[in-house]
Amino acid sequence: MSTTTSPVTTPVRRRPAGGPARAFLAVLWRDLYVTGRELPVFLAQVVLQPLFLLFVFGKVLADLGFTQPGYTRVLFPGIVALTAVVTGLQSTAFPLVIDFSFTKEIEDRLLAPLPVGLVAVEKVVFASMRALLAALVMLPIGVWVLGSIPWPASGIPLFVTVLVLGCLVGSCLGMIMGTAVPPNRINVMFALVLTPLLFTGASQYPWASLDNLRWFQVVTALNPMTYVSEGMRAALVPDVPHIRPWVSVLVLVATIVVSLAVGIRLFLRRAVD
Amino acid sequence: MPAIGARLAVGRRMEVGVEGNGQGPVVEVRDLVKRYRKAKVNAVDGVSFAVRRGEVLGLLGPNGAGKTTTVGILTTRVRRTGGTACVSGVDVGVDPVRARRLVAVVPQRNNLDRSLSIRQNLLFHAAYHGVPAAERTRRASELLEEFGLADRADDKPDMFSGGQAQRVMVARALMHAPEVLFLDEPTTGLDPAARLFVWDRVRDLRARGVTVVLTTHDMDEAAELADRVGIMDHGKLLALDTPAALTRGLPGRTTLEVAVALDGTSAEELVAELGVIDGVERVERVAAATGPSAPPRELRARLYLLGEAPAMVAPVAELVVRHRAQLTDVTIGAPSLEDVFIALTGRALR
Repeated sequence: MSTTTSPVTTPVRRRPAGGPARAFLAVLWRDLYVTGRELPVFLAQVVLQPLFLLFVFGKVLADLGFTQPGYTRVLFPGIVALTAVVTGLQSTAFPLVIDFSFTKEIEDRLLAPLPVGLVAVEKVVFASMRALLAALVMLPIGVWVLGSIPWPASGIPLFVTVLVLGCLVGSCLGMIMGTAVPPNRINVMFALVLTPLLFTGASQYPWASLDNLRWFQVVTALNPMTYVSEGMRAALVPDVPHIRPWVSVLVLVATIVVSLAVGIRLFLRRAVD
Repeated sequence: MPAIGARLAVGRRMEVGVEGNGQGPVVEVRDLVKRYRKAKVNAVDGVSFAVRRGEVLGLLGPNGAGKTTTVGILTTRVRRTGGTACVSGVDVGVDPVRARRLVAVVPQRNNLDRSLSIRQNLLFHAAYHGVPAAERTRRASELLEEFGLADRADDKPDMFSGGQAQRVMVARALMHAPEVLFLDEPTTGLDPAARLFVWDRVRDLRARGVTVVLTTHDMDEAAELADRVGIMDHGKLLALDTPAALTRGLPGRTTLEVAVALDGTSAEELVAELGVIDGVERVERVAAATGPSAPPRELRARLYLLGEAPAMVAPVAELVVRHRAQLTDVTIGAPSLEDVFIALTGRALR
């Protein structure tokens, strides 16, 4: 162990160009690597809830004759939307709460040579990738549980657009939750936010059908998930009355822009004193 | 007391704090101020200092003195309220991204990535810092070997003790070859063996020329490890110098304890005459030893000195001989950094 060969003082050769971009990719790679290694656990974790919703509402109730024929066509796009939004939300909110309040693991990445705001953006990108994967897994699961799923070729471009936006919306909202909520309130917060979010997002019913339940229609209009569900229906079951796709897309884009800006601000406040 | 403060004052010392080696200081902090949101007082209140290349600087002070905040600003985790803080000429507030390439920090708490093995912790850290793949693999192996972690490289950090985690965090910090390594309370909460290991590592780093800034509330640690010690309290840097120079500047804190076998001489007379020796501030009688082996008539006295203790041994011995008494024991009491802290703040460190 001679001083001359010791890595302690040897200067390190760094890649000359692409500093922050390279750091961003390395940070993203870390998250993908960790998720990739525990992929089955991850999928079980995020797919189980929508699977049961689909099974009970789409299969059991239908087979027992409690739902009208055709309800599964309404339900399936809503479940894909729910999976995308909720997985995105959980994939940013949970890790951020744990990182900032308990493990502090994120500190090593906050000290990486990239702007701290980009660490926040990485969290959103990564959570959206997880959400995308979880939502796509719902397609074969839908076929398996329901026998068939609505899949018109003409709707695929809109489906992909709304899916990506839905993943981003969930991730951005999760960033706000994960950084705004004090750690001692997090359990309460998840209960108070997650459950209403699940059931006011027009996932299990088309929004237009709520005309008779006006107050609830207004409440659901405030949940961004509603526009993901409605966008999905516009893509996959266009014959079911739905919010016009351009409205859904516009609302989603606006929500992403605003919530990402707020989320990054809150993230910076937690990351830098 | 004000005289001491003035002698140790750090402001005027700043310009001579760093010897010109053509490169300038690695760390340079000027008039640094930090006030946290909703705080009534400044956590860091006008701190200035500089660190030479290859130097180990210790920031010593009680909890809440502003040490960790100072390190936080230098490592870009805390936004300063005023003043400047530079690492290798890069202003950490203006260009934090560039500054992060130059610094590394070993925090108080274990913040290792629990989802990754020890080796992967090192590899990913280097990847964040843009170290090419082949080089980071080689460096990780070398550092793991050097830190005695090679056989546990594939273990997860949650199986590690505090001392081991500390070791891994130092190795991780060195992966991107930082210009300055910040160690925040490196031994707080460690068992004595782990503490000694960290001390050895810091000495090792110093021997290898790594610039280190460490914070501690342990004066022994500061005296043991640091080339220079900065004493902080209430957000201010009260003094900054080598441990020897800091303690030297304390009149009346150097003591000489003498035991004299009296042989017909009056103890009171001897004490009075010791007190008027040039350089003795005052004399205090200490309880003499008792028991069967203790000499029948013994005087024990502590002399508080204005200057250096060794120079006072001869005049004291001479006086004792003149009184036909016998000097049986002499103990030099060197002042500690604790005494410096008390002199500066009027209260104890712990």
